[in-house]
Amino acid sequence: MRLLAIDTATEACSAALLVDGAVSERHEVAPRRHGELILPMVQTLLAEAQLHAADLDGVVLGRGPGAFTGLRIGCGVVQGLAFAADLPVAPVSTLAALAQGGWRETGCERIAAAIDARMGEVYLAHFRVEAGLVVIEGEERVVAPDQVELPTDGWCGCGTGWAAADGAMATRNRDRLITVLPQALPRARDLLPLGEAQLKAGLGVVAEAALPVYVRNEVAWKKAT
Amino acid sequence: MRILAIETSCDETACAVYDPGVGLLAHALFSQIDLHAEYGGVVPELASRDHVRRLLPLVRKVLRESDTPRPDAVAYTAGPGLAGALLVGASTGQALAWGWGVPAVAVHHMEGHLLAPMLESPAPDYPFMALLVSGGHTQLVEVAAPGRYRLLGESLDDAAGEAFDKTAKLLGLGYPGGPAVAQLAQQGRDGVFRFPRPMTDRPGLDFSFSGLKTAVLHAVKSHADDAQTRADIALAFEQAVVETLAIKCRRALEQSGLRRLVVAGGVSANRRLREQLAQLDADLFYPRLEFCTDNAAMIAVAGALRLQAGERAGPQIAVRARWPLAEL
Ligand SMILES: Nc1ncnc2c1ncn2[C@@H]1O[C@H](COP(=O)(O)OP(=O)(O)OP(=O)(O)O)[C@@H](O)[C@H]1O
Ligand SMILES: [Mg+2]
Repeated sequence: MRLLAIDTATEACSAALLVDGAVSERHEVAPRRHGELILPMVQTLLAEAQLHAADLDGVVLGRGPGAFTGLRIGCGVVQGLAFAADLPVAPVSTLAALAQGGWRETGCERIAAAIDARMGEVYLAHFRVEAGLVVIEGEERVVAPDQVELPTDGWCGCGTGWAAADGAMATRNRDRLITVLPQALPRARDLLPLGEAQLKAGLGVVAEAALPVYVRNEVAWKKAT
Repeated sequence: MRILAIETSCDETACAVYDPGVGLLAHALFSQIDLHAEYGGVVPELASRDHVRRLLPLVRKVLRESDTPRPDAVAYTAGPGLAGALLVGASTGQALAWGWGVPAVAVHHMEGHLLAPMLESPAPDYPFMALLVSGGHTQLVEVAAPGRYRLLGESLDDAAGEAFDKTAKLLGLGYPGGPAVAQLAQQGRDGVFRFPRPMTDRPGLDFSFSGLKTAVLHAVKSHADDAQTRADIALAFEQAVVETLAIKCRRALEQSGLRRLVVAGGVSANRRLREQLAQLDADLFYPRLEFCTDNAAMIAVAGALRLQAGERAGPQIAVRARWPLAEL
């Protein structure tokens, strides 16, 4: 399969290309510079592989949760590209990409992926590993870090949420963690295996159905009248 | 040459397909007014979220309606407007263009408003004077030739549309306020209230509408709160805005010696304004009513002009929330 993957939902701006098993990636920690970087990254990856958009079999979107504006830039790019080249999209959780990276780096099969959501909260989800792919347990949620309790022993805490509020989650769950990667950010290369599995299972969607998942939905306050 | 145009600068998602040699081939718009109404104004994050949901279905619709498998260029609004909302159109527009292998071009929203009358016939010849009156802008612009603008005057505070919207709130009317105030004013009695015509007693072409809002507030507070009084206030307010705009337009035409006046932006839909401007010694050009407010047809026209001038956007995706027309 030939797949392009993009994640712009965190401080990282990340794009990766899969061509028949070989992965190439552009990844930069560049807060607020996603608009400037993402299309040049994509263009470079395809040019290096001597491919055009139409040669792809699909696009993988890191569909959040994460920072709203960055997330929408990536979503717009994926939507536009998939529409123009008539490609299916595999929307994949940004937390799942983060967890997949945590497993790739540590081999730990219980990953609690957390992204700093600001305003005293983190985006959080728990994953196990099956046949080399992370699988979510329960739901993605946005919570205060000092309220998080891991259900069992043997976890890898992965992502900037583990550094939020002076590492409150790590302190509280000290006994249940094997290791913590508080600087880890989602990488597009880790979207690839998850997206590939989705597309092979026939779970790809049309461009206009590739939408962000914000998790935080309290964003407007009605005026007191 | 077929241009796909995308507009997402505020609270309308809009798309159009336009061929400069043929005319407008298709256009579609989704208004978010209902989404924001309960908040009394546009909530930027909600606007951005809705643009992401609405944009591609509208793109698909206009391409199908105009029988366009692949356009020859993509024009999108890059500013001024809400940064997050603009980014939806910019990122999608640029990726579409790149995926199709066609050029993308960034359009100035107010240049779009200004050129909207070019979609009508007769369209104005150059040079002309333009009055831009919208929710965020009140400007008099001298247009010497395509793309050559000189700002002669603008509002130092509230825009005319903003004044309508704020007055609507003071009168207990919904959002957006312009049409509601205009409708209420029809029941108003002439001469019951009289508000100042700000900055008309001194030379110059600048505007100021925030004082008018204070005068309205004072009138609302110091008189009985009944339907007739509110209608009287609405009428006096509308008369004050319209007469002020007309006085400055006359002045701008006299100073420049121009005989053509283009009027665009949401407030140009106002009937009383049109009646008053009809008395000027000039040929008047308006967009059709649906193209007075935000739309993508006007973005296509401005995009065609910019493409012709050789402009191209990308691969960096950038927008400008603030972008003075004079910098074009
Ligand atoms: N009939 C009318 N009379 C007066 N004002 C009107 C009328 N119809 C619409 N408006 C006003 O026009 C404005 C909307 O116009 P438009 O959509 O062009 O502005 P905008 O896009 O919000 O602002 P901008 O283009 O400056 O960013 C609103 O302020 C609205 O109240
Ligand atoms: Mg407008």
